[in-house]
Amino acid sequence: MSTSMETMAGPVGIVNNGRVPETGKADFPLPSGIRFEKPFRILTRLSAILIISMMAGIFILLALESVPVFHKFGFSFITSSSWNPVSNKFGALASIVGTLTTSFIAVLFGVPLALGSALFLNELCPFKLRSTLSTMIELLAAIPSIIYGMWGLFVMVPIMSHFIQPAMIKHLGHIPYVGVLFQGPPFGIGTLTAGLILSVMILPFIASVSLQAFATVPASLREAAYGTGANVWEVCRNILIPFTKTSLIGAIMLGLGRALGETMAVTFVIGNAHRLSVSLLAPGTTISATLANEFAEAFGDTYIASLLALGLVLFVITFVILMITRLLLLYDKRRIPI
Amino acid sequence: MKPDPSVLLRRRIVNYCMLVLFTVAIVISIGALTAILWKLSFSGLQAFSPDVFLKSTPAPGSSGGLLNAILGSVILIVTAMVAAIPLGVLAGTYLAEYGRTSKLGDVIRFCNDILLSAPSIIIGLFIYGIIVLPSKHFSGWAGAASLCLIAIPVIVRTSEDMLRLVPDSLREAGVALGCPYWKMIVKIGWRSARPGIMTGILLALARISGETAPLLFTSLNNQFSTLNMNVPIASLPIVIFQFAMSPYKDWQNLAWAGAFLITITVLGLSIFARQMLSTKRRP
Amino acid sequence: MIRQVRTIGFFALSVMFACFFHAVFAGDITGAGATFPYPVYAKWAEAYKAKTGVSLNYQSIGSGGGIKQIEANTVDFGASDMPLKEEELQKDGLVQWPMIMGGVVPVVNIAGIKKGEIKLTGEVLANIYLGSIKKWNDPAIVKINEGLKLPDQDVAVVHRSDGSGTTFLFTNYLAKVSKDWMGKVGNNTSVEWPAGIGGKGNEGVANFTAQTPGAIGYVEYAYALQNKLAYVQMANHDGKFVLPRSESFQTAAENADWANAPGFYLVLTDQPGANSWPITGASFILMHKEQDHPDRAKTALAFFSWCFANGANMAEKLDYIPIPGSVVKIVKNVWLKDIKGKDGNAVYFAE
Repeated sequence: MSTSMETMAGPVGIVNNGRVPETGKADFPLPSGIRFEKPFRILTRLSAILIISMMAGIFILLALESVPVFHKFGFSFITSSSWNPVSNKFGALASIVGTLTTSFIAVLFGVPLALGSALFLNELCPFKLRSTLSTMIELLAAIPSIIYGMWGLFVMVPIMSHFIQPAMIKHLGHIPYVGVLFQGPPFGIGTLTAGLILSVMILPFIASVSLQAFATVPASLREAAYGTGANVWEVCRNILIPFTKTSLIGAIMLGLGRALGETMAVTFVIGNAHRLSVSLLAPGTTISATLANEFAEAFGDTYIASLLALGLVLFVITFVILMITRLLLLYDKRRIPI
Repeated sequence: MKPDPSVLLRRRIVNYCMLVLFTVAIVISIGALTAILWKLSFSGLQAFSPDVFLKSTPAPGSSGGLLNAILGSVILIVTAMVAAIPLGVLAGTYLAEYGRTSKLGDVIRFCNDILLSAPSIIIGLFIYGIIVLPSKHFSGWAGAASLCLIAIPVIVRTSEDMLRLVPDSLREAGVALGCPYWKMIVKIGWRSARPGIMTGILLALARISGETAPLLFTSLNNQFSTLNMNVPIASLPIVIFQFAMSPYKDWQNLAWAGAFLITITVLGLSIFARQMLSTKRRP
Repeated sequence: MIRQVRTIGFFALSVMFACFFHAVFAGDITGAGATFPYPVYAKWAEAYKAKTGVSLNYQSIGSGGGIKQIEANTVDFGASDMPLKEEELQKDGLVQWPMIMGGVVPVVNIAGIKKGEIKLTGEVLANIYLGSIKKWNDPAIVKINEGLKLPDQDVAVVHRSDGSGTTFLFTNYLAKVSKDWMGKVGNNTSVEWPAGIGGKGNEGVANFTAQTPGAIGYVEYAYALQNKLAYVQMANHDGKFVLPRSESFQTAAENADWANAPGFYLVLTDQPGANSWPITGASFILMHKEQDHPDRAKTALAFFSWCFANGANMAEKLDYIPIPGSVVKIVKNVWLKDIKGKDGNAVYFAE
């Protein structure tokens, strides 16, 4: 079945031996509007190619602008944590580590919450409540990220700085080895708070995909398990989760991808400090927060190019996560649409 | 063989604990949603007054409203959607009709997925590079362009999915009766998938209504209302960002009012889209 | 579908036309830059608009942003608390002049400490910001604050995250009084801070300081007053502890020799005088020498001229120091001499 522009064809096969008849010269009456066939196809194809050119454009622009930066700093751009607009020396390590740390915390707290919620909705929830609760979870996904940022700044930060963080410092700060994670002034603002807000942000994505995945588990398998005397947790652990393993991992990667790129929720509460700290209570920065804060007023070619290079790093990281997700899902024949 | 009672007990305890944990998880999730919406409504409604719609953003210490921000947001969103809808629907049509199995179609789908999940701030960077830098100033056009680039992948995805749900038998019937292929797409494909495509458009609209990051360095901000797209233009999310981080109480109140506005718009659109999808979908 | 699209289209258009009549139009003058003078510029703009109908759109994005935008010619004027040196002005074809003066004030948020109660020296302040003094009851602080009950609380340092002239003034002072600071950090609009969280703009620093227990930050005085933050007594060049007041800013500004400063480059930190505030500074306006839109430049200069003539009261209410009349004369001469349209004629007409 040829779909080239030169032949007249469609899903039903080749017509008229594949020749596009010139207007008025065919040996059978042509359907009205036939002359728009080619332009329409060209139009849709161009619109579709626009998508590729957008993505290529982003990549090319970021790469081109970043070349002088890598030329100047070499690999130390990635490994140096010194971000100094005054001496024009830029190192992305603090931003990259901050991005990875906040995303890790987000996944650490978000995945159990999301899976727990999805399993609750699937197994324990009374039928009448189910659609309401699952809609509510999906509403969490619809809330714009700036709202999360504001809520984080005005509600969570005071709670963290007045209650939770002082308690952490008092009780956990003295444990050898682990204690260094919980030392320092209780700013309220910092890596931990940003990670917690991110976990609330990514939980609806993971939860809704997991819920869809759990719904595909054949009823016969579940009933068989219940029939042989398994209790709810054992069914979840031994049937539901292994069956939907790849989808779950896909969902987690999706949440991770979201957490890596999230800007507004993080910018409000991360503290904007280009420093590496061991303590989770310390302020830090992420790639997107750095871009959000500094781009509008960056001056000097090196500064702007360094910021664009940061953008490239973020793009590459999210790209890699997405590739892994897609490869994983390719193995899962039950193609849950993400 | 009698089952070992201690094992049974252990299983039961573990089960009970895990179920409690599940319940805790859902309580926390729903609780977070409730907490956010509660704080939003509480602080947002407090700050609401007719002034919010009638006056522009004030200097700190003076009273004012959000008129320029609302106006700017509406202009940006409408412009972005006007460009994104045709491009997105046409691209989705290509993927669903002409590019079902072709290599090009696969590549486009892949790129679309990447763009869909790409951080919106990267899109902002891209627009900065291709519009703001060459034109040497921030403008409403750049802001609208970045919102458009965020909306297109959403529309492409949903259009393709919805068009794919239209059964091929309908298509074949149309062509068999002598309909040109493109006309068949428009009159049969689009018409059948119309609720789904509209849903996709609404979802894209909901998504770009709340976007802040790409506007930060494309359309910047403006203290006054303007209809001129060639200069920086105010938008609700940017104004909220600026006001929320400030120490002035009246600015913070306006920020909550704006946040409330955005949230009910976005949630309303999402709920509406969901309703349309569930009741009207005709596979 | 077409019918629905049409109705939606009409609705959207009519909404926009309705707003058309309500809307106040775009700023006639656009400017961007320092957050330091923003409270007073906003007040002036409001009064000027009420009087003449001309509106000023000022984006307070920090001195770094202001310099960048005026260099890129995307605004009519830029505002910066860090004066550009003569060579930089020549290179970009800019002219700068001081518009208003004020003081940068350290503020703290310690339970039980009220405004003006706690005393700090430059050395101690530098060590706090270097991170070597970590607690409020550190012996160095206790020594200069006899009789004051200081808690065993971590110091939460707050600084600027954006490019800031306020930071320039603050680090300029710290570099003058602490060799450690000069060596390790230096003096600029944006530095590599050894400790603390970064707030955006003077507003962000004020906000974070007010919200975090045990915090110390630095803001322009108007922000300290507006947000009821507890300011600090500083030891000045003469070794006396002074409170931040318009009188102490005034004393520091008295010795400023504007007439002999090329390009008006003058930094007023650590000035001598028994009552002078050690972190005083001026905020500058930057405009291009060659104007592509002479009419816009004329409107802008008319606004500034009005502010010089009528803005003193409003500025003083916010505890800023207006530029003295003798300096205003010099500034206006610079306008006449340097700011020209493409045709070579001066844009500004002396009134």
